[in-house]
Parts: sequence; C-alpha cells; structure tokens
Amino acid sequence: MSEARSVTEPPNLILSPVWDRPRTGTQFLSGDHACAEGALYAGCRFFAGYPITPATEIAERLAERLPEVGGQYIQMEDEIASMIAILGASVTGAKSMTATSGPGFSLMMENLGLAYMMEVPTVVVDVQRGGPSTGLPTTVGQQDMMQARFGPHGDFTSISLSPQSPQEAFNLTIHAFNVAERLRTPVLLMMDEVVGHMHERVVIPPPGEIPLVARPRATVPPEEYHTYRPGPDLVPPMALAGEGYSVLFTGLTHDEDGRPVTTYAAQKVLVPRLRDKILKNRDVYERLGLYKTEDATTLVVAYGITARSARRAVDLGREKGLALGLFRPISVWPFPAEQLRSLKNVTKIVVAEINLGQVVLEVRRIAGPYAEVVHVGNPGGQVISPETILEACMSPRRAKP
Amino acid sequence: MRKEVRFAGFGGQGVILSAFILGRAVSVHTPMHATMTQSYGPESRGGSCEADVVVGDAEIDTPMVTHPDVLVLLSQEAATKHMDQARAASLVLSDVDLVHLDDDVAQKAHQLPFTRTADGLGRRIVANVVMLGAFTNASQIVPREAMEAALRETVKASTRELNMKAFDAGARL
Amino acid sequence: MTANAEVALPPELHPYDHLLRSADLPTIWCPGCGIGTAVGALIYGFEQAGVPKEKRVIVGGIGCSSRIVFYAKTDAYHTTHGRTIPFATGLKLCNPSLNVVAFAGDGDLFAIGGNHFIHAARRNMDILVVCINNFNYGMTGGQGGPTTPAGALSTTTPYGNPEFPFNLPNLAWATGATYVARWTTLDVRRLRNTFADVVNRHGFRFVEILTPCPVSFGKTNKIGSGVEEMEYYQALEVLKSRVESTEITKTDIELGKPIVVGTFVDRERETFRERYVRVVAKARGSKS
Repeated sequence: MSEARSVTEPPNLILSPVWDRPRTGTQFLSGDHACAEGALYAGCRFFAGYPITPATEIAERLAERLPEVGGQYIQMEDEIASMIAILGASVTGAKSMTATSGPGFSLMMENLGLAYMMEVPTVVVDVQRGGPSTGLPTTVGQQDMMQARFGPHGDFTSISLSPQSPQEAFNLTIHAFNVAERLRTPVLLMMDEVVGHMHERVVIPPPGEIPLVARPRATVPPEEYHTYRPGPDLVPPMALAGEGYSVLFTGLTHDEDGRPVTTYAAQKVLVPRLRDKILKNRDVYERLGLYKTEDATTLVVAYGITARSARRAVDLGREKGLALGLFRPISVWPFPAEQLRSLKNVTKIVVAEINLGQVVLEVRRIAGPYAEVVHVGNPGGQVISPETILEACMSPRRAKP
Repeated sequence: MRKEVRFAGFGGQGVILSAFILGRAVSVHTPMHATMTQSYGPESRGGSCEADVVVGDAEIDTPMVTHPDVLVLLSQEAATKHMDQARAASLVLSDVDLVHLDDDVAQKAHQLPFTRTADGLGRRIVANVVMLGAFTNASQIVPREAMEAALRETVKASTRELNMKAFDAGARL
Repeated sequence: MTANAEVALPPELHPYDHLLRSADLPTIWCPGCGIGTAVGALIYGFEQAGVPKEKRVIVGGIGCSSRIVFYAKTDAYHTTHGRTIPFATGLKLCNPSLNVVAFAGDGDLFAIGGNHFIHAARRNMDILVVCINNFNYGMTGGQGGPTTPAGALSTTTPYGNPEFPFNLPNLAWATGATYVARWTTLDVRRLRNTFADVVNRHGFRFVEILTPCPVSFGKTNKIGSGVEEMEYYQALEVLKSRVESTEITKTDIELGKPIVVGTFVDRERETFRERYVRVVAKARGSKS
C-alpha cells in the first residue's frame, strides 16, 4: 500500500431517514436493517450490490456499518457484477452477501447458477416487490418464489428462506450464512417489501450467543487434495485462494479435480450430487412454523408477510369453531413435504401468497392426492387480508369433476 | 389489546419519524409490541405520506391498518382522504391551522396548533414532536417516559433540548 | 477447436513443467494460435518478478483465452462469459495479498464484459487485465465482435464488418487504467518483460496481446496460417515506447494499416483499496 497521497472524503453515505446506531440489545429496526445486522452478526464482511427499491436500505446500512467492523462495501456497476463479485470474495474464505429486488434478481441468475455449480457459499437477499419487469417498485409481492426455485438454467436445488418479521430477518440471515457455509451452496433469503420496510422490536444478542458455522476446509496436503471430492455428507471440503492448493474451479461440468469433462458420464456424477447434497441434509436448513395444526382439518399454508394475515385468519376461524391451522414453511425451498404429509387430519389446504399461484403448485403436487388445495392470492401490490384467507377456508368444497 | 394508530400528512412533515418514535418507545421501552409500516411513493418531499403503528400487548399478527383507532391528520389532503376513517376512529388529532374537518368529526377531534406552537419555539420543523406530546397525553397508549426516551435516542444530540421542549409544549396543549 | 490429440508429450520436461497442470497437456489451442505464447510470457513474468506460487491467482471467463486456467498451475477460477473482472474484484478486495490476473479474450472482456472493464478501470481496482485480442470469437468458429476491424470478414459479418471496433488502449486510458501496453505474440521478449514489470504493481493494469487465430480470423480474411499472421504483424508493427495521451487515438487498428505497439500509459493514481482503507479508518475512528 503506498502512502496516502491526499486526504479525501469518503463517498456520501445515503443514511436512512431514521437516525440511530444500534449494535446489540433491544432495537426498533426495519426488516432490511435487521437483515444487514444479521449479516454482520454472522460474520459477513463483504457486500457487493446495486441499489434497488425495496432492498436499498440493506446496502445503505452495510455501507455505513461494514467499514465500522473492518469489512468492505462496494457498489458495483450492476447486479451481474454484484453477484459474481461476492463469489470472488467467498473463494478467499470471506462471508459475502448481496441484496436486490425483482429486476436485479433476474440479472443475478447467471452467476447464481455459477455459485451452485462451483459450490461457492454465499447469501443472496431478494426483497420482493410486484412484477413482472419494473412492476411495483415500492409495494409488496411474493412473485419471485419460482424464480428462487428454478431461476438459473440447468438442474440444481435451491435453499430459500422467508422471514415474516424483522426479528426473523435477523435470525434467518444468520441461518442463511450458516447453511451456505455448511453445505457450500448459495442460500436465498426471500423477503418481501412489507417485511423489508416494516419496523419492529429486534433483539440482537451479544456476539457468540447464536452459534456460527464455518465451511468444511481442506485439511490434507495439496498433493492429496481433490477440489471436488465430496465427504460422506456429499460436501467437498474447500481449499481457499492463496492456500497453495492450486485449486481449479469451473462452471463447466467437471471431475473431482475441477478439470472440465464435458461428457454425460461426468454430468451424471456431478449434477445429481449437487441435488442430493441439499436433499439429504434437510436437518441443516429446514425450518417450519406450525400454529394450531394438531387437530386442524383445514390448513393455511403461507410464508413471509402473508403468514401473519394467515395467523389472524386462523384465530378468526377458530373463534367461529373451525378447525383451522397454519403451516408456515420458513425454509420454503426445498418445501417441507414430509412435514405437510404428516398432518393426517387435513382435508383442505389454502395456500395464500402474493402472486397468481407459485408455491401452491408444489403444495398441490404434494397434497393434491389427499386434500383439496386452493390458492388465494393477488398479482402484487397489497397484503392479502385475513378476511380473504378466512373466506377461502370457509368456502364450500368444490364438487369433484 | 390492539390499537391501530395512523399518522397522515405530507412528505417532509416528519410523519414517518413520528411513527418511528412511537414504535421505538413501545418496542424498546415497554414490554408491549409495536409494528410500524409506511406507505412509499416515488417522491422524497411533498406528496401524501402516511405511517401506521400497531400497538398490542400480544405479538402483532397482521400489521395492516384498516380501521385506525387513533388518527393524526397533519394536512388537508390527508384529512380529506381519511375523513371516513376519522369518523370511525375513537381519537382524532389534527393541526388546527392546516386542516379543516367535517363538522361531525371536528366535534370530537383534538384540533390543536402543532405548527403554531413549533413556530413559537422558533423551529417549525419540530411541529411533529409537538404533536407527539399531545398524542401521548390524549391517547394514553404508551407511558410518557417511554416516548421521551425514544425521542431522546432518535434525534441528534444538538437538537435534543429543543425537541424535549417541543414535546413538553405539545403535552400541555 | 479441438487439438491434435495424437501428438504425444516429449519425454523430457519443459522448464516450466512444474508451473503447468502438465497432465492436462496438450492444450486445446490450435496450431499457430498465439495464446500459449501469452500464457508462457505471463508465467515467465510471475517467476521473474518473484511472485510466490501460492499467491498467484488467474481468473478466466469463457473462450479460448480463458482456458489458461486449465493449464497454468495457480489458483484458478473459470467463471462466466464476461465476468472475470468483477470476480477478480471481489477476490482481490477480500485477500489483497494475492496477485490477481484476469485473463480473457476480446469478446469476453469488451463485448459482454465491457461495462465491468470500464468500471474497474474507473475505480482503479488492483488487478492486471490481460486481453487476448484475436479480432473474433475463435472458440465458436469465428464470429465478429467488438474488436473485429471495420470491413473485416467473419461468419457473422459475411459482407465485411459494418461496425467500427474499440481501440482498447484508448478505452483503457480514457477510463482510468494506470498502465496500458499492447504487444503482438511476435514480441515475446517485450511481452515477458512487461509482465515481469507489472505483475507486482498496484492499480488497474491492462495488457492487450494481438494474437493470431489462423483457423478463424486469419483464414476468413486471407491472412493465412499462424506463421503468415505473425509475418503480417512483423510487416505492420510500429513500436512506440510511450504514446502521449493526445496521440492515443492514433493506435486504432485497421486492416492492412500499421499497428502501433508499445507501452502507452504508465501513471500513478490512488487505488480503490487505498481509498477504502481510509474509509475504514474514518468509520472506526469516529464511532469506536
């Protein structure tokens, strides 16, 4: 580093309209700010991003907070660059993150796919707004759920988490980092505009109270190391840039040494392992919220902000004597299918989500054979009311065709 | 207990900051729960602006405010838009110099000189804090000490004294 | 382009053998291709400059040039088309002790990746960017791209290129690069010395290497074999040891016209890292 040649002001930080500077303890934070604090708590020290409503507050918070903790914030030229910069960061061992919303999420698909293929741990936050295209920049949507599941081309398995409150945004961001590190995979935090912007009590515990997970690392000498030889859990231990392993990472189909082998034989070893690495380690990431489901015959399935309307709907229905329950997948992808099937009394499922029918497709696939599955949604722009959900729960069963 | 509070005015009046201070007072300085949401438009200044706070003694499920119990109206545009809600609300506060209410609403509303009082303190910008003082007194949702603590923590140190004075003036209106 | 797989490796080792993933040789590069020369020069530069082996990182994109990662034995990342520079950016910022080279072709760096190039140069990011410029997309059979000379033939400019190409040194200079050089793969010694000189420097450094692509660009434009393309360079090369900024537009490349080579820019400018270190000092100082 050469001598500083002149003292220069740092870039103007676009501060949030609310001025406060919380670290630990009881705070009153937006979901976006709680997510940023969760990232810092998890040890994230590199953020590359591009401003976009309603995720900008995450970037703003980290532009201010990261240098305070010796980390780095960099505003990239677009979301394509942001997504791949965090992969470059992660291969050095840094915990990295980006945050965006619909249009930017679309631009990230290319290098999100690279992250699945190269098995680079990182966290991508999508604060969902109404789409398609520029859509509704300042209002709510849950329309990127299938993009979270299937966005990048090719076969892979996504881990996507959806918080319903700022406190959960904080906790799930830490969980997202832990899962990403543990399984060497990108993890998506699928927030929505209302959770991102809403303020609530957030309790930030002292450092160390929430356990942090580190990625499996190369322990054998370089001559015995294979970049992509998986352990029994199907996760290959990772050698970092600069450790002397001369690692080879590629987005091409590759063998255990990272060498490109563009054959069916190599593909049928690699791609199913990438899937199974996720599906066979459910205990690492699966989280579920159940409310009054024990005796429920009608179940509401909802995630993110919609789960809060659904909870009210369940209470309103119970007051009327209906056996309603709430099934809230916190890890929406992979969908907790076994947990849903285990609720034996259920004959009707109402899937409430702010879109025209996305996660409902998966619920119908799982429960369609034994339960009536109904979708309640809107095309984005407002939260679904408890009354609307309750009405769907109470509507008479459709006659079989 | 669940109380829905809506602050409505135009951008730049400190509507969102007012809601933030109430939410912070409840969340940080009482065992109760609060959720603050706000409407967003493309404008940074001007335009209509509203912010909602739901206060409850249990966790708040849906944070959406549809029938506010308390309505604070700081501009004519906001008042016109929310007149029906004001009719149904159990408590209405408005800035008497900026807002004209329908007669039936005016009868029950606390029409108070927030801006004029702030002018008297030399800084119109604290009109929203004058309002918060009056709101705290009239609504009895959150203890005054909690509001004062949240206010102190939220404003810049250099304006703290002025803000506390404004809050006190509002509480005495 | 597939390599002549039947050619067996000679039994004696090359002096750089330990610096290569030698089990994976021969390369996929065509006979007469210049990329191997460029790779050799870069490895020479690392050695000559004494860069510790474990500190060398090469980031490639997609294309013939980016295949360097499969042969040069360093930490190597073969990323997506056009994205070498932002990947290298994240990598370098998180471990500034590494010596990071983004190595890719003209289409990768300046068509799909052009935006990343100009912004990394603007920020003065601490990376060395090497562009193999063979005037076309060689790997996919010779399509036209952002450096294809005006009027030149390619599979997608069958009537002659109607577009004007980028002048890469001019672009790099204008957007803030601190070091800019252009050589052909004929200039082996100069190329080696350039790498030896710049791999350890700070700031955004750019080296353009004009490279024969005999099976695509050379053939289509009737320049001929790899040797004949080298002869073409030999005939047209004009060496300028330092080009004044006002003269940099005179380094445009046109078919059949003189090709100016040399070190065009060598200047000091604060790097992003240097400036961000002060941001950190300010943030920590004012709030600790």
